[in-house]
Amino acid sequence: MNWQGWAEIALTLGLAVAIGWPLGSYMSRVWNGERTWLDPVLRPVEGVFYKACGVDPAKSQSWYGYAGALLAFNLVGFLLVYAVLRLQGVLPLNPQGFPSLSGHLSFNTAISFVTNTNWQSYAGESTMSTLSQMLVLTTQNFVSAATGATIAAALARAFVANRGEGVGNFWADLVRTTLYVLLPLSFVLAVVLVALGLPQTLAAGVTAHTLEGADQKISLYATASQEAIKMLGINGGGIFNANSAHPFENPTPLTNLITAVSINVLGWAAFFAFGRSVLAKKDIRALVVAGMVLLSAGAATIYVTETQAAPALVAAHIDASINMEGKETRFGAPATAAWAAMTTGASNGSVNGMHSSLMPLGGGMAMFLMHLGEILPGGIGSGIAIMVVMAVLSVFVAGLMVGRTPEYLGKKIEAREVQLSILAVVAIPVSTLGFSAIAAVLPEALKGLMHTGPHGLSEILYAYTSATANNGSAFAGLTANAPWWDATLGVAMALGRFLPIVAVLAMAGSLAAKPKLAPSAGTLPTDGGLFIGLLVGVILILGGLQFFPALALGPIVEHFQVLAAVAGLH
Amino acid sequence: MLSHLRPAVVSMGLFTVLLGLAYPLAVTGVAQAAFPAPANGSLVRDAKGAVVGSALIGQAFAQPGYLHPRPSAAGANGYDASASSGSNLGPLNPALAQRVKTEADALRAENPGAAIPADAVTTSGSGLDPDISPEYARFQAPRVARARGAPVAAVQAVIDGQAQGRLFGFVGQPRVNVLAVNRALDARFPVHDRKDG
Repeated sequence: MNWQGWAEIALTLGLAVAIGWPLGSYMSRVWNGERTWLDPVLRPVEGVFYKACGVDPAKSQSWYGYAGALLAFNLVGFLLVYAVLRLQGVLPLNPQGFPSLSGHLSFNTAISFVTNTNWQSYAGESTMSTLSQMLVLTTQNFVSAATGATIAAALARAFVANRGEGVGNFWADLVRTTLYVLLPLSFVLAVVLVALGLPQTLAAGVTAHTLEGADQKISLYATASQEAIKMLGINGGGIFNANSAHPFENPTPLTNLITAVSINVLGWAAFFAFGRSVLAKKDIRALVVAGMVLLSAGAATIYVTETQAAPALVAAHIDASINMEGKETRFGAPATAAWAAMTTGASNGSVNGMHSSLMPLGGGMAMFLMHLGEILPGGIGSGIAIMVVMAVLSVFVAGLMVGRTPEYLGKKIEAREVQLSILAVVAIPVSTLGFSAIAAVLPEALKGLMHTGPHGLSEILYAYTSATANNGSAFAGLTANAPWWDATLGVAMALGRFLPIVAVLAMAGSLAAKPKLAPSAGTLPTDGGLFIGLLVGVILILGGLQFFPALALGPIVEHFQVLAAVAGLH
Repeated sequence: MLSHLRPAVVSMGLFTVLLGLAYPLAVTGVAQAAFPAPANGSLVRDAKGAVVGSALIGQAFAQPGYLHPRPSAAGANGYDASASSGSNLGPLNPALAQRVKTEADALRAENPGAAIPADAVTTSGSGLDPDISPEYARFQAPRVARARGAPVAAVQAVIDGQAQGRLFGFVGQPRVNVLAVNRALDARFPVHDRKDG
């Protein structure tokens, strides 16, 4: 560890919040339909969408109308991705000459990209044609991110409403978030990334004749355009198998800084947008602080673990001050640690180093950050929505202690809100632990593992955690392109995406109908240090305690094995 | 649900045209016009214009007169730039310990007594790491110098000429691009005939 490393981590985490702040104001204007400086260009395009779709963007929908539209849109997206992948072999723009994907891989990949997870059971450069990457995967990177943002917009309206009825119009939120936020930012970022070294071509690749006389086949893609939205949309699915460790996706420390910041910037922006929209900037700032406390602790932990003595290096009497297995020379421990925390704290899932080769507690921390519910800052909008659910549970717990009906942001929190909150956070433990328990004893599932012992269990746990939390990163020793894994991980992704979405929208419907209250002497202040402490506690207990037994059998026991191995070698 | 079907289908169609075709093609157009070199893979060419590699993609070097890259898990033989991959080996995997030991033994035989840096015996995340640490480059300088019949200090000077530091003094890690050094070595000490002529 050195000061440069700590400074790099602090800069990367801090920049995301600093840039997310002003972008949040803009995002809130977009959600509210206010004027923006892009109106002259984008208003006409927006109008085309509404006209062709036959929708009135000003018509507010009930929560179930909103949810129905969201589910219908995602179902169509799923079918389209599935169809294109199944037909890849006969479709054009396939200079690689790749065949169509199998049924189970297409199923898994379609759910994966529609749910903003971007779990990849395949290796991009040996599976996906240029057409598939562009036409369906890039498109889903945009619209799945926008889908997540819509639930925050709807929930914000619910908190503002005074005995209101609707939660807004899904089509307007979807189209506006995509056109005004994601598309212009991605275009600018993509061009910047090309200037900094990312390829952007429709050619399949070149063959180089190396200095030693060998041939090296180098795969190319329209990389930058997909990379930009992969980061900004908090998707995480790489063009290439090695994801952001691949020098074509992330060639320099500067591209690493820019893309790492991009992982979290719109997640935090959605926090600030929510605060502006509900006129409760201070309360939402408290949520940002709570999130940053946890995220910083996660990044620091991983930096510490990756500078722990790695047993393989100690055994060979080599400088073991950095665990370099799975890391790129240009990034080293600090940039890999910051990325690992930011990608798992958000529901991104891209990696710039291999998580399976992290030290046990480093890989365990990556898992733990996902267990916390993808709220640090999580996906665009989906993160703040679940963070608000955590805040609702926190005021409920506080209310139990003092015997008062809790309130949050001017709305009474009653039985229905608490039930729906639990429904919103229950998917991760139920799906993760349930599927992991089955897979751990099923020979069909165990065939896919690379490791035995605790690291093997970690491969299983990580996979279902990542899928259910809609993250997408992996302990990639696991060979997941098999019917069992593709199918169950697909179900886990759908469960982890749509159960919370429907629960949050139902809560929005319930909250919208309530009167807006002015704070009274009995209202727990939700913008101060006391509440931040309470919230952090609730997040840690909800996320942490449930998973502790499983983590104890995986990364924690492996950590002690590492300590014992290193001690024995000295 | 049925009333949502038309907007769902129509908007998905429009989004696909806009985001799946117009957006990547527009970026491609801008990229190819404004930044053709990176847009086409940062290719490195020899004097005759033939592509010898990409500045960003590591390639295998085994001859003693060249700087060697890190071990690689990309493809069956490493440095397969159409099959990027890390080893994914966990810290206690016996295969990792065995591989590290084999690499370390070979390096010790080559340069006895010198400290071996960690990147010399570990695979990168991509398997295509174009760089090595300045320490690993320095470790290899005596071998390169021997093979080329050049003074070690001169070889080290070539390496230092290609070294890159941290951005702003604290972002990223110091590193040496292997292909850049090897091309500079060939230019400075042109003793090394290409095998294929």
